Amino acid sequence: MSQLSRRRALGASATALAGLALTGFVRTAAPSGPPAAEHGNRAHSPGGSGHTPTQPKPFDESFKGRRIQGAPSHHGGHHGVGYSVHIDGEELHVMQNADGTWISVVNHYETFTSPRAVARAAVVELQGSQLEPLL
Amino acid sequence: MTVRKNQAHLTPTEKRNFVDALLELKRSGRYDTFVTTHNAFIMSDTDNGDRVGHRSPSFLPWHRRFLIQFEQALQAVNPEVALPYWDWTVDRSPTSSLWAADFLGGTGRSRDGQVSDGAFAVTAGKWPVSVRVDGRGFLRRALGSGGQQLPTRAEVDAVLAMPTYDTAPWNSASDGFRNHLEGWRGVNLHNRVHVWVGGQMGTGVSPNDPVFWMHHAFIDRLWAQWQARHPGSTYLPAVQTRNVVSLNDVMRPWNDVTPADMLDHTRHYTYDTAA
Ligand SMILES: [Cu+2]
Ligand SMILES: [Cu+2]
Repeated sequence: MSQLSRRRALGASATALAGLALTGFVRTAAPSGPPAAEHGNRAHSPGGSGHTPTQPKPFDESFKGRRIQGAPSHHGGHHGVGYSVHIDGEELHVMQNADGTWISVVNHYETFTSPRAVARAAVVELQGSQLEPLL
Repeated sequence: MTVRKNQAHLTPTEKRNFVDALLELKRSGRYDTFVTTHNAFIMSDTDNGDRVGHRSPSFLPWHRRFLIQFEQALQAVNPEVALPYWDWTVDRSPTSSLWAADFLGGTGRSRDGQVSDGAFAVTAGKWPVSVRVDGRGFLRRALGSGGQQLPTRAEVDAVLAMPTYDTAPWNSASDGFRNHLEGWRGVNLHNRVHVWVGGQMGTGVSPNDPVFWMHHAFIDRLWAQWQARHPGSTYLPAVQTRNVVSLNDVMRPWNDVTPADMLDHTRHYTYDTAA
């Protein structure tokens, strides 16, 4: 049931985002500001109205000697995340919070404004080490 | 009866027994099963899907059950051992006795974060980090390196004053006691402590650091204190709610325990001082 609802939410996100893709990177709310109580629900619920889900565009760059990439992944997303991030080709498990901020498995208790920021933080945290393949 | 004590008040013998029991669980392979379970929940608990261990009302009863199971594993090694708790509002410095070589060892060296003293240093040969998200097989820490301070007692008290256990949407965007204690909202208590320790404690495989258990034992104690301050408040949601564990739903991975079963910790252990 939850898989289905997640997929439906992603479908809705993709539709709502179609017009945004061209406008470039969408910045999310600052992580320090407490989100409005209903924000998370509205941003992701298929029936939500008036509030655009936040999803950034793809990126592919070199950061501190590592290749970091991010892209929407409506089919292969781990746990239905819908956006995947790679460091030197290995997937970094990321997750979007209800307020639009992001975390990764190597910075799991600290929020970042975008998948790019979470990828860069992971590079710093990894100090050159390779990610292990996801289970 | 198990009595959980403040780690700062443990005798040298109690510290040694606790460390030895941890090393034995590690040697037998039992320890790493807890790390694996925790990371599986960290990765699958999502704000808009099923959520059990984190970012949801059951964060507190789930970790209570998880700690009880871990403590029972320790006691199977040595029945004298109980989980100590770390009151980070008081012991808030990298120079606290918690981080001495006779207990958990200190912060990591700057080059690679490697903890290099105490029983959990990789050089001591008894604490391989096997359940991991990257190639590094040694315990890492960076105590307070981000320039952040641990939460203060005043910040804790402000969260304990919140009368409502949890609120819709029952996730990281919620108002109420649970989410402020967990730290996704407001002054940030539990999450900030993970970040302050750094190394594996900042990751999904945070139980690789033995301080994980002492941090969560203190979070658990704060839940008991909150209950004592708000006798008219209880776990919410009380009625079945999509994607979250309500009062009488069973929790994964045990499937035989509900939040209602976890409300009274005194059936399992007590604390050295009254809540
Ligand atoms: Cu946890
Ligand atoms: Cu935790």
